[in-house]
Amino acid sequence: MSPVDPAPAATLTDPLLRVSGLKKSFGDNEVLRSIDLSVQAGQVLALVGPSGSGKTTVLRCLNGLEQPDAGTVEFSEGPAVSFTAKTTRREKESLRTRSAMVFQGYNLFPHKTVLQNVTEGPIQVQKRPKAEAIAEAERLLERVGLAEKRDDYPHQLSGGQQQRVGIVRALAQQPALLLFDEPTSALDPELVGDVLTVIKELAEEGWTMVLVTHELAFAREVADTVVFMDGGVVVEQGPAQDVLRAPKQERTRAFVHRLLNPF
Amino acid sequence: MNELAQRLGEYRGEIVTSIVETGAMLGWALLAAVLIGLPMGTGMYLARRGGPKERGWLYSGLNGFVNVVRSVPFLLFVVALIPFTRWAVGTSFGTTAAAVPLSFVAVALYARWVEQTLVDIPRDTVELADSLGANTFQLVTRFLYPEARSGLVLSMTTVTISMISYSTIMGVVGGGGVGDFAIRYGYQRYEYDIMYVTIAVIVVLVMLIQTFGTRLSMALDHRSR
Repeated sequence: MSPVDPAPAATLTDPLLRVSGLKKSFGDNEVLRSIDLSVQAGQVLALVGPSGSGKTTVLRCLNGLEQPDAGTVEFSEGPAVSFTAKTTRREKESLRTRSAMVFQGYNLFPHKTVLQNVTEGPIQVQKRPKAEAIAEAERLLERVGLAEKRDDYPHQLSGGQQQRVGIVRALAQQPALLLFDEPTSALDPELVGDVLTVIKELAEEGWTMVLVTHELAFAREVADTVVFMDGGVVVEQGPAQDVLRAPKQERTRAFVHRLLNPF
Repeated sequence: MNELAQRLGEYRGEIVTSIVETGAMLGWALLAAVLIGLPMGTGMYLARRGGPKERGWLYSGLNGFVNVVRSVPFLLFVVALIPFTRWAVGTSFGTTAAAVPLSFVAVALYARWVEQTLVDIPRDTVELADSLGANTFQLVTRFLYPEARSGLVLSMTTVTISMISYSTIMGVVGGGGVGDFAIRYGYQRYEYDIMYVTIAVIVVLVMLIQTFGTRLSMALDHRSR
């Protein structure tokens, strides 16, 4: 599958994911103040913005790790869940199975081997046949260059290798949507490249992704759409080239300038 | 010394009986700790404030039980529990009856240890299980216990050793055991040497149990080796 042409989301129909009016507060702290987003199938959406702007909270709401206070999350050919009314457990479960998350801190199980980390979800939670899940995991590990690490424990791997296992684990869940929460921010600089290469390959294969990142150069390269958030609202969104090269909003301009010229 | 060896030889039958009695009391208490204390501690972890399945009333109930059992001085607890013991096992005297209050304490101790061990698991683990879509039973059996197993083994070791200590006073309700043997011969019959020999045996036993528990726990720990 070739990458989908970058085009403004508004001109396309039937997005894979549509989020509208998403709100979330932690106590008095209003983290998301009505977020609207949509992601087309096969597209990569990058969420950028300063720390505390609510980017990660958006991902966590999509993956069911946080319960939004209001708003709707809707997948094509899947559930549409409104959080404004009370949500059922089944609705939340159905939402969760549509996406898989790659965490900033890898979040591997320290007492499980690489292979067990990858297959635990498919075998134990999704109840897929064991042999099939293992074969799938081995194939995925092979493609990120970690086939020979299958029986190692996480502490025996470098950060970059651990994060590649994290990506494989997300893929093994066979989600419609991949969520990346700053996948390279915990890595040593020289290990970032390996992980970004894997993400870029997945994007080129046609995986649909939402990516929270501080790597603007990378976002410009892989993302079709860039959403700039600040203070819990979407300040600007559009094709990656436009938002990152010629931002319209002053806040976006200041942010992009600061990241590209840190000194 | 020869004379001591000779007396120990004479008491051989009693010594074997007392070891069997201690084993029986420990066996019941530790069985109860695993079958009741483990789920109880897990429930406390899940239900506690900020836990994965917060339930204030459940936590208060379990926490209250553990606190009460652990705070009543053990000798008083044994006596106070006599009506319950009689109801539960039909008698308030003997080794089986002695296992009842011991089991209560073992359950409460282990429940608290399990709760604390599970609290120490990184939040990431719970979050990840959540992200994978695990239900509560899967969270506990597939993710929490495997991650906590070395801690669960170590705390069971600690509970076992505490139970040896608790079991030594069970002579008051006819529970017997090595502690009772040491008291009867060493204290009441002034055969202090017998008492010191018994204490030495208990110390060695505790060291063996601790070594075994530590080794097992390390073998189960994959975080750093």
